[in-house]
Amino acid sequence: MDKSTFETKPIINGRMHVSLKHDSAHKHVTGSAEYIDDIQEPIGTLHGGLGLSDRAHAEIVSIDLSAVKAAPGVVHVLTAADIPGFNDVASTGQHDEPLLATNKVEFHGQIIFAVIAETRDQARKAAKLAKIEYNDLPHWTDIDSARENGGKLVVEPMTLKRGEPETEIENAPKRIQNHMYIGGQEHFYLESHIAMAIPGEDDEVTIWSSTQHPSEVQHMVAHVLGCANNAVEVKTRRMGGGFGGKETQGNQFAALAAVAAKKLKRAVKFRPDRDEDMSVTGKRHDFRVDYDVAFDEEGRIQAVDATYAARCGFSADLSGPVTDRALFHADSSYFYPHVHLTSQPLKTHTVSNTAFRGFGGPQGMLGSERIIEEIAYAVGKDPLEIRKLNFYGQPGSGRTLTPYHQDVEDNIIARLVEELETSSDYQARRQAILEFNAASPVIRKGIALTPVKFGISFTMTAYNQAGALVHIYNDGSIHLNHGGTEMGQGLYTKVAQVVADTFQVDIDRVKITATTTGKVPNTSATAASSGTDLNGMAAYDAARQIRERLIDFACRQWKVNRSQVEFLPNRLRIGSEIVPFDTFIRAAYYDRVQLSAAGFYKTPKIHWDRKAGRGRPFYYFAYGAAVSEVSIDTLTGEYMVDRADILHDVGKSLNPAIDIGQVEGAFVQGMGWLTTEELWWDAKGRLRTHAPSTYKIPLASDRPKIFNVKLAEWAENAEHTIGRSKAVGEPPFMLAISVLEAISMAVASVADYAVCPRLDAPATPERVLMAVERLKSE
Amino acid sequence: MSEAIRFILNGEEVTFKDFGPTETLLDYLRLKRRLTGTKEGCAEGDCGACTVLVGRLTDQGLRYESVNACIRFMGSLHGTHVVTVEHLAGKDGALHPVQQAMVDCHGSQCGFCTPGFVMSLYGLWLTTERPTRAEIESALQGNLCRCTGYEPIVKAAEQVAANRPSSLFDPLERDRIQIMAKLWAIQAENDTIVVEKTETNGTARSIVPGSVAAFADILAEEPDATIVAGATDVGLWVTKQMRVLNPVIFINHLGELQTVETSETGVTIGAGVSYTQALRTLSTEIPAFGRLIDRIGGQQVRNMGTIGGNIANGSPIGDTPPALIALGSELTLRTHAGRRTIPLEDYFIAYGKQDRLAGEFVERVFVPRPAEDNHFAVYKISKRRDEDISALCGAFYLALDGDGKVAMIRIAFGGMAATPKRAKHVEEALLGQVWNWDLVSATRDAFDEDYQPLSDWRATAEYRSLTAKNLLTRFFLETAGQSHELRRFEVEEA
Repeated sequence: MDKSTFETKPIINGRMHVSLKHDSAHKHVTGSAEYIDDIQEPIGTLHGGLGLSDRAHAEIVSIDLSAVKAAPGVVHVLTAADIPGFNDVASTGQHDEPLLATNKVEFHGQIIFAVIAETRDQARKAAKLAKIEYNDLPHWTDIDSARENGGKLVVEPMTLKRGEPETEIENAPKRIQNHMYIGGQEHFYLESHIAMAIPGEDDEVTIWSSTQHPSEVQHMVAHVLGCANNAVEVKTRRMGGGFGGKETQGNQFAALAAVAAKKLKRAVKFRPDRDEDMSVTGKRHDFRVDYDVAFDEEGRIQAVDATYAARCGFSADLSGPVTDRALFHADSSYFYPHVHLTSQPLKTHTVSNTAFRGFGGPQGMLGSERIIEEIAYAVGKDPLEIRKLNFYGQPGSGRTLTPYHQDVEDNIIARLVEELETSSDYQARRQAILEFNAASPVIRKGIALTPVKFGISFTMTAYNQAGALVHIYNDGSIHLNHGGTEMGQGLYTKVAQVVADTFQVDIDRVKITATTTGKVPNTSATAASSGTDLNGMAAYDAARQIRERLIDFACRQWKVNRSQVEFLPNRLRIGSEIVPFDTFIRAAYYDRVQLSAAGFYKTPKIHWDRKAGRGRPFYYFAYGAAVSEVSIDTLTGEYMVDRADILHDVGKSLNPAIDIGQVEGAFVQGMGWLTTEELWWDAKGRLRTHAPSTYKIPLASDRPKIFNVKLAEWAENAEHTIGRSKAVGEPPFMLAISVLEAISMAVASVADYAVCPRLDAPATPERVLMAVERLKSE
Repeated sequence: MSEAIRFILNGEEVTFKDFGPTETLLDYLRLKRRLTGTKEGCAEGDCGACTVLVGRLTDQGLRYESVNACIRFMGSLHGTHVVTVEHLAGKDGALHPVQQAMVDCHGSQCGFCTPGFVMSLYGLWLTTERPTRAEIESALQGNLCRCTGYEPIVKAAEQVAANRPSSLFDPLERDRIQIMAKLWAIQAENDTIVVEKTETNGTARSIVPGSVAAFADILAEEPDATIVAGATDVGLWVTKQMRVLNPVIFINHLGELQTVETSETGVTIGAGVSYTQALRTLSTEIPAFGRLIDRIGGQQVRNMGTIGGNIANGSPIGDTPPALIALGSELTLRTHAGRRTIPLEDYFIAYGKQDRLAGEFVERVFVPRPAEDNHFAVYKISKRRDEDISALCGAFYLALDGDGKVAMIRIAFGGMAATPKRAKHVEEALLGQVWNWDLVSATRDAFDEDYQPLSDWRATAEYRSLTAKNLLTRFFLETAGQSHELRRFEVEEA
């Protein structure tokens, strides 16, 4: 290394608060970034294939696997009898999710057995040869039929209540009751699920898993193998996308691979085909929101009573916290003086639904924004006026209390909306659209501005903890490890920036290493947008400890006081002397300074009592706002997003380029959820949209034709987060609600904006056309 | 007869015979060559994570096209140059400008789709010096990204076009002459190739005929063979349905089937002509048809898939048959003994049943050019605008006489019945009448006599019926000079 360059360098590469490329960008574009299926397989690696139920709900009468076993290449057929520990991968501890079904199946696509063969192709082919006899039982796959069949729940529902909603609703000047259907969503991470298990000595096994939650995979594999957690190591370098779909859903593939690997004493890999992945793994919950809202002549909300019913699938999985989070966001950005909210997590004979970016929050907010639309059409105003009228107030306004009794203390929604309204030229464009629509017989346009307020923290308080491990080797190179996983969101890059900044070294000196349960234990899922908040702080804590020791060492060695030791870029100033970082580290090593530290962080201030419906579940809120403009064809229901303008709050951004990438990506993903992405089950309970040929996520040509995305540069987290930044993974997903509402306005134009279109999601061309027809006939 | 195929993989000449008829290029790359930059996202040609370029000699010289390696069979690679993402960066590790632009613009997040995007952008770079936004989006229609929202990827495409360095940077530009020479040499041996592989249930054969005549002879002897041109449909029989196909006859290399001839009366398209190739002629000859083709599959599928295949497989939701039927196209089928020509609409007998006899193959389709004062339009309706399968697709072809009466009308729809089908009741109600709004609005309901569509995941029966009627309205408005179709980009028409 050339000494002269770093001795004078004014700033390091890769400090906090600068745009920096993703740490793996170079490897992504050259194809050299390793995903699990790219890792060199150990000699003799076997491959798994899945034997799936083709009934939605049935008793298994008999299973004949003889043809499967006799098929070419088949080494073993795994059934529940092979499981040494518990036949259970329920992440909740409710024991409602067998790894392999035994005497009954509860959804079309449930795994009954697994084939282990020499090649993946052989395993897949053999899996089709099983002869299974069933005794069909009645099944129901959607919310309404679940209710009709007794409304069985998968978990205890939650209720939030404040004030006197019953009496307020009865006595209100205006009242609307209706309901909204909200569709689910397939994650469609580009890398489907995969796990490779390599057996070790004694009870040990190492697993490469594409998971957002290596610790849970570890615990689940140990549970299924019947061994202690310490026998299982789970590694994840990167996922080809997660979005919540790899929070709990990877458990089954890892467990199957582990059971087979231990039994056969060979490495075993499971990589389901895309169609299998989409049939076998959970999705975003569909909801039905029944709402009852009372408001005054101006459109000010007086009381809201709403029930959020969800299609949860056959087991609980994360449906409890997902439906809870729907209620936590059923207020969107609005103050409800009196409120009563209930969740209804319904059991259905479909795959068990799971986490997906926003985790129920988007559905909660969408219900609330529908209520705003209802009021706007009822009082004949622009929905934006109704929104402003109902925003939470500033502290002291008496309009800051949420339905869960947490005060909104950091509210910046009014400022964001005002700035966006101006910068996007909302009012003039809306006026122009009204004029356009009046003169356009077939094509109609719509525009909508919607806000986002999203609560940050796991609502399960215990999960808000994180660990990190930082080593400095005696050549001055740094090894970074933490509990967070990289799924493309740039977490590894951001945390490395924190460490580089703390030591004031160029970021290339910081080696980012695969997440592994062997280095940082008992981690939480990389979920709830919390990755950087938690792991950034934990890594900072580890780096800070080492830095403290280094300062102590410098004081001892150079006989100076602490104020005379300064970390400069790639060097230290100690008294009047400049010491290169690596020279200094080597000296510290020879002085026997511990150059390794485990860091830890737990989010302060939060607490939550679910039974009482009270507490402070969220450390802070992240905000944003979006304006979308669309055109629809009233003959076919086809539409296009002409323009979107976004102003989003990420606090003081750690990496603006990465944050803007999150905002843009979340918006387009949210748009997909609300427009073309439709999950469709047939009468037999079989998901028919189980591949990209039938399930349509947005393409480049679907993104807004004009797309202006900005971060609120003035924003800073009111709470003491890492660098005063804010979480960014989930909140911008809900900016896409503006697209649905813009379509809704275009639909409303056919009835002169006198009728609320009640456009349900996803607004496929079909739903848009049918809404147009309905409004024309009203 | 030879027993191995020959192709070039990146910088290496390969002679290869250890493969079965349905082995995919993707598995070959990843499992046999450990070229793991090419990813499997869906194994059905819909996500583009497996995009590679395949170069082949055409009458315009060496052409590289993006294709989906996941549904491309090895037998279809004889005489081609396969280029994977590993071939782009310089020997010193310097990124190709396309790769560098993706890095600079933050075009990757999880990175799994990225090699596929790089290859699609690279394919565009090779053919189009200054692409428009429309061309960029068209080149990316077959690539799904779930992370970025595409904005930075489109920006990367624009950036790389704006700062285009000397072509010496580029491995394919640099080596073009040598590669062409090698491919010519392979092509010169126009022997029929039969590759045999012993599998558990017998010998599986890939047959690569040396000429169309050889193909006809082979098919006469092997009437049950699966004919594979683009494999954009057959590929899924293998990757999704796990079907065993044996033998397979590959015809995508047969230049004789890839001719597009324009005459005074129309365009004759060989059965092996890809959508991409057909688009070049149709976009000027029959612009409305050209716009439809741009919405079929993604770029990779259009580069592989053929109009002949779209017809031959008899799908009720194929995109081209409605337009071809409305235009009165004629299909020529051939055997080793001779040819016969039939109206295309007679080819589709029932669901899954076509008028193709044993030993017969689709040779070409003749598409009459609409007269200048006639009206022709085709409308594809799908859940997602691009790279989606039609919920319904309607084509309208109208001629008016001097009194403004309907002298000729042909309407055909896909997605409305078990086969692509004419709306004969509607046509009858319109024929001879004055073409005006009263007529159109009185005739709309006649569609109910022609079609009783099904409900499925693409659309309900109600939507299909209503939209078919509304498309007649759209067509009427268009003939009245009012186009009301949503278009993302203004189309410059000749």
